[in-house]
Parts: sequence; C-alpha cells; structure tokens
Amino acid sequence: MTQATYNGVLNLAAGAFLLAAVLIVWRRELRSIVVLLAWQGLALAAIPVTEGIYHHDAALVIVGVVVLVLRAVILPLLLVRAVGTEPHERRESTPLVNTTTSLLITAALTVLAYAVTRPIIALDPSPATRAVPAAFAVILIAVFVMVSRRRALSQAVGFMMLDNGIAATAFLITAGVPLIVELGASLDVTFAVLVLGLLTGYMRATFGGTDLDQLRELRG
Amino acid sequence: MSFLLVLPILAPLTAAALAAVLGWRPLTASVTVVAALCVLVTGVILGFTNGSGVRFAIANLFRTDALSITMLIVIGTVGTLATWASVGYIDAELTHGHTDAKGANLYGVLVPVFLAAMASAVLANNIGVMWVAIEATTVATAFLVGHRRTRAALEATWKYVVICSVGIALAFLGTVLLYFASLHAGATSGDALNIDVLLAHASRLDPAVTSLAAGLLLLGYGAKAGLVPFHTWLADAHSQAPAPVSALMSGVLLSVAFYALLRVKSVVDLAVGTGFLRTGLIIVGLLTLLIAASLLVVQTDFKRMLAYSSMENMGLVAVAAAAGTKLAIAALLLHVLAHGIAKTLVFLGSGQLQAAHGSTRISDVTGVLARSRMVGVTFLVGLAILLGLPPFAMFASELSISRALADAHLGWVLGAALLLVVVAFAALVRNGSRMLLGPPTPGSPAIAVPRSVAAALVAGVVLSLLLGLTVGPMLQLFQTAATMLGGTR
Repeated sequence: MTQATYNGVLNLAAGAFLLAAVLIVWRRELRSIVVLLAWQGLALAAIPVTEGIYHHDAALVIVGVVVLVLRAVILPLLLVRAVGTEPHERRESTPLVNTTTSLLITAALTVLAYAVTRPIIALDPSPATRAVPAAFAVILIAVFVMVSRRRALSQAVGFMMLDNGIAATAFLITAGVPLIVELGASLDVTFAVLVLGLLTGYMRATFGGTDLDQLRELRG
Repeated sequence: MSFLLVLPILAPLTAAALAAVLGWRPLTASVTVVAALCVLVTGVILGFTNGSGVRFAIANLFRTDALSITMLIVIGTVGTLATWASVGYIDAELTHGHTDAKGANLYGVLVPVFLAAMASAVLANNIGVMWVAIEATTVATAFLVGHRRTRAALEATWKYVVICSVGIALAFLGTVLLYFASLHAGATSGDALNIDVLLAHASRLDPAVTSLAAGLLLLGYGAKAGLVPFHTWLADAHSQAPAPVSALMSGVLLSVAFYALLRVKSVVDLAVGTGFLRTGLIIVGLLTLLIAASLLVVQTDFKRMLAYSSMENMGLVAVAAAAGTKLAIAALLLHVLAHGIAKTLVFLGSGQLQAAHGSTRISDVTGVLARSRMVGVTFLVGLAILLGLPPFAMFASELSISRALADAHLGWVLGAALLLVVVAFAALVRNGSRMLLGPPTPGSPAIAVPRSVAAALVAGVVLSLLLGLTVGPMLQLFQTAATMLGGTR
C-alpha cells in the first residue's frame, strides 16, 4: 500500500465514520438508526485493517476483523432485537430538540472537537493522528444524542456510538491499546449493551413502553 | 507468593462458579462468605509481610503495595459482613415473595463476581486492566440493583448503567490518551500502561495531553465514585439495591473508584504538577459536598438519606486527596475503612426496617430503639460513626483531614467543607433521632432480624469499636501508602 492510498483510505474511513454519526442525529426511525450504527462499525473496523496492512502488522488486521464482527454485526443485532414491534415503539418520540437545531449543534460540536484535539496532533502530527478530530466529534455527538433522545434504545445507540468514537481514537493515535485491554474492554461493552437490551425488554413489559419520560418515580 | 496475589480474585470467582452450578442454597452462600473472608485474610497477610515494597505477579499484570493492600482489607471486611448478612436477607426475601428462586440464584452468582471485579481493580498493575475491572463492576451490579424488578428498581438500574457506563467510557478515553503520552515518552507498547512504567516515565509525559487525560479520568472515575457532575445515579441505585448490595456499593465500590483516581493522580502530579488535579478535586469535592448536604436536609427516604451521606463522605475524601499531604492520604484511607464498616451497619439495618414496614419513608418508622434492640443499637452506632463522634475512627480521620487542609494552606476549602459537614450532621441527627428515639407508633410491625444479619451487625459494631480504640498495625500500612503516593509532609 502506498503512502497516498493509505492516507486516502484512512481519511475516507474517518469521514464515513463521522457521516454515520451525523445521519444518526438526522434519522428518527429506530431500526434505520441501528443500521447506520452497523455502517459506522464497518468504517471503524476499516481503520485498524488499513493501518495493519500499511505497517505490515498482522495482529492489528486481526483486531480489525474482530471489531468488524463485534461492532458491525453482533452488537447491532442485539439492539435490533430490542426494537419493539408496536408501531409507536418503532420511532423516536417527539424530539426534545428539533432536527435542524440538532444538525446545527452537531456542526458546532465538530468544530469543538478540532479545538480540543490540538494538543494531541501537536504531539504527533502523523496522517492517522490528523484524523482524530473526526473521532472526537463522534464522541461529542454521541453524548448529545444520549441527552436529547427519549427512547431507551436511542440512549443505548448513543452509548455504542460513544464507545465507537473512543475505539477510533485509540486506533488513530496509538494503533490500538494493548491486546489484553482491548479484549477486556470489548467484553465489557458487549455485556453493557446486552444489559441495556435486556433492560429495554423488562421496561417494555413493566411500563408498557420505552419512553424514558416515564422514568420519574425516583426524585430528590 | 504470586498465588497469594491472585487469591482475592480466584476465591470469589470459584464461589461464583459454584453458585452458578448449584444455585442459591446454604452451601453456596457460605462458600461466598468464605471467599470474602479469603480476600480479607490475604490482605492482612500481605499487610504483615509486604513492608514498604511492591510485589508483582503474572508478568507484571498484578501488583500489591501498601495502597492496594489497604483496599483489599476494606473490600474483604465489608465483603465478609455483607455476604454473611446476605444468607439471611435473601432467605427472608424468598419467604416474603420479593424475589424468586431465579432471582436468588442470580444474586448468588453476581455478588461474588462483583467482589472479584473489585479485587482485580485494586490488584491490577496495568491501568487499562484496572479500567476493565471497574467497568465490570457496573455490569455485575446492574441486575443486583434491579433485583426486585419493580418500576422503581428498573428506573434506578437504567440510570445507573447508562450514567456510569458513559462516565467510565470517558475514563477509558483518558486512559487511551495517557497511553499515547506514555508511548511518546519512550515506553514500549506492551507495558506503557503499567503503573510502575508510567511513574518512571512521568516526568517526560506531554503536559498538554496528560492534562486532557487527567480531566477525563477525573470526570470518569468521579462518576463511579459518586462525585459531581455524574452523581445522579447514586441515590437511586443505592436506595433500590438489596441492603447487602447497597452496603457493598456504598461502602467499597465508591472507594474502589476513588482508588483508581488516586493511582492516576500519582502519575499526573509528577507530569503536570500537583496544582492541576488539586484544583479539579477541590471543585468536584466541594460541589459534591454541597449537593449531598442540601439533599440530606430535604430527604424523606432513609435509604436515600444514607446514599447522600455516602456522597458527602466521598466529597470529603476528594477534598482530602486535593490536600495530598502524607497526613491527608493516611487519614483518607482510615476514613474509607471506617465509612465502609459504618455504611454496612446502617444499610443492613435499613434493609430490616424496609422489610418490616414495606416502606423506606422516614416518617413511617418510629421508636426503633424501643422495638428492636439489635437494629436500634447497631443503627445508632453506625450513625454515630458517620457523624464523626468519638470514640469511633471517623472522629480521628475527620480531625486529621482538617489538620492536613490547614497545613496545605487550604483554609477556605476547610471552612467551606466544615460548614457543609455541619449541615449534613444536623440533617442526619434530626432524621436519625426521629426514627430511633421516642415511643413507637401503636401498631408498628415487629422488626425481624435473621440470625446471619444479626451476626454481621454485631461483628461490624465490634470492628468499629476496635478501629476506634486503636488503628494498630493499620497505621503503618496507611502511612506507607501515603508516602508512596507522594505525600511528603
């Protein structure tokens, strides 16, 4: 792989990664949000695979394949199973922030991500590190999705997006954390998403819906 | 020796495996108590043999030093009391139909897994592995919080898992940035996150990146330690969890998360100076104290009152860590141990009160001292410890923390903290006396205390008295840990 191809593929992956996050902010259909999340997982997996091929690091390619299976297939499947079957359960409820404002906030967060990541790029101005603002932008957008959405499942999607953003940061700036930490973290995230999926089911059984506005018994 | 280092992880895991196969029964419940006792005994043995050294095991993956040994003793002590009380508590829940056989089996598996995760967190040498262990505690405790499957329990579980997972994810981002800085300071990729390697390279870590990492780590582990701004899960989760689990979460889980902060603080202080995290801890600590004290004043629910009291104590611990002197850190560790035992006493007592009244409202509970000597007296002792009254250990620790703050020229912080502690004191005294003293309302239900809960309560009172009379050999351990964390005075 030449330097130019490497730069191109890496930037394409980072761009697609950020685009998926913006589209998730835009869409309201829960099922299509989960599909977008799977595409984001694919873009994320492309980063370690590209770096692995360029630096002739087989271990990194294998990690990339594991990321692909976990974040583009298994976790989205777990979430799709938690989408309800009733029509009113399939869509995000009336948003707290309307779509236009949401997209403007997303743009502002992306600019903020560039400002926050300046010390990181200053320490190591390599092509991969230069893509790190995209990963940080996804982290900030994920937090925004979690505070502005009212369905349990949307919050779970926000959490996974946050985690994707952190994983992308790790792959871009350090070519991934040590293997034992990577494995442990993936296992934790899988369990956390599993727990959130199960809880969504229990909540539907107990509350008759998954609108988080119904969570208001505990106060003070 | 390296077997002894991993025993506190293996023993609870074995108990969990046994409970998974055999289900909830007297045998598996007792094995879990023995496993928790194993953690405590290992901590004590290591404490007597370790001195001021650091030991490593399994390719430097695990380490013990005075700080991790102190934490092992805290986990072991509260773990033993809480699992002992669980035996009678869960049997009573089964009898009253608050849970079923499936729920009891899940409880039997998750509690020892939770203990193993906490032990791994304090024994890990790699701060990435430490993070994995702390996030594992969230997963393990999720269904313990939601044990009763009521609306309120599900709501508390959802908030707990979402807020703590987001918080702890930020800590992971901080860990990744620290790894990045460590690699650029010349560490090799395999061990760049090991505590010893980070300390050795600390002076060469990039200050700007390390500051960013430190901010994220403070927010992230702060979330798990019940500190502002991600503290909102705490009262819900601690009030909905079964009493022995509340004791474990309040008494040890919060301090294990704070332990993680102390570990990264020792690295960050060397890289960017002590000022950065000192400012952060003072802001976060005082705000936590403020919120806890305000909500204690208006509290009408006794389990939530105890939860906010935990927040108040974590705020105080954060302020002590900000002072960072040898005296402050040693006092902080004593405070954590005394608080762990006290919270076990009051949460176990509150569990029996909740079982008797079917309610956790303060106004529903009157004249406990006259109705049940066991719950009344132990609850009173627990409250006295939390109020910082002599002869109990928190009197000494709070006095030392105040001294340390004055010595560190943080007079205004001391003033603000004392004011808020006094407000919290008044609120606890008012609510506590309303519940314990006076004649019982006619027709109050009888307060049943299962044998194992009574045993744990008595043991907790005896331990508290011992710890209050003499810190004994523990003092040496606390001081060694404090010196190691960079406390000079």
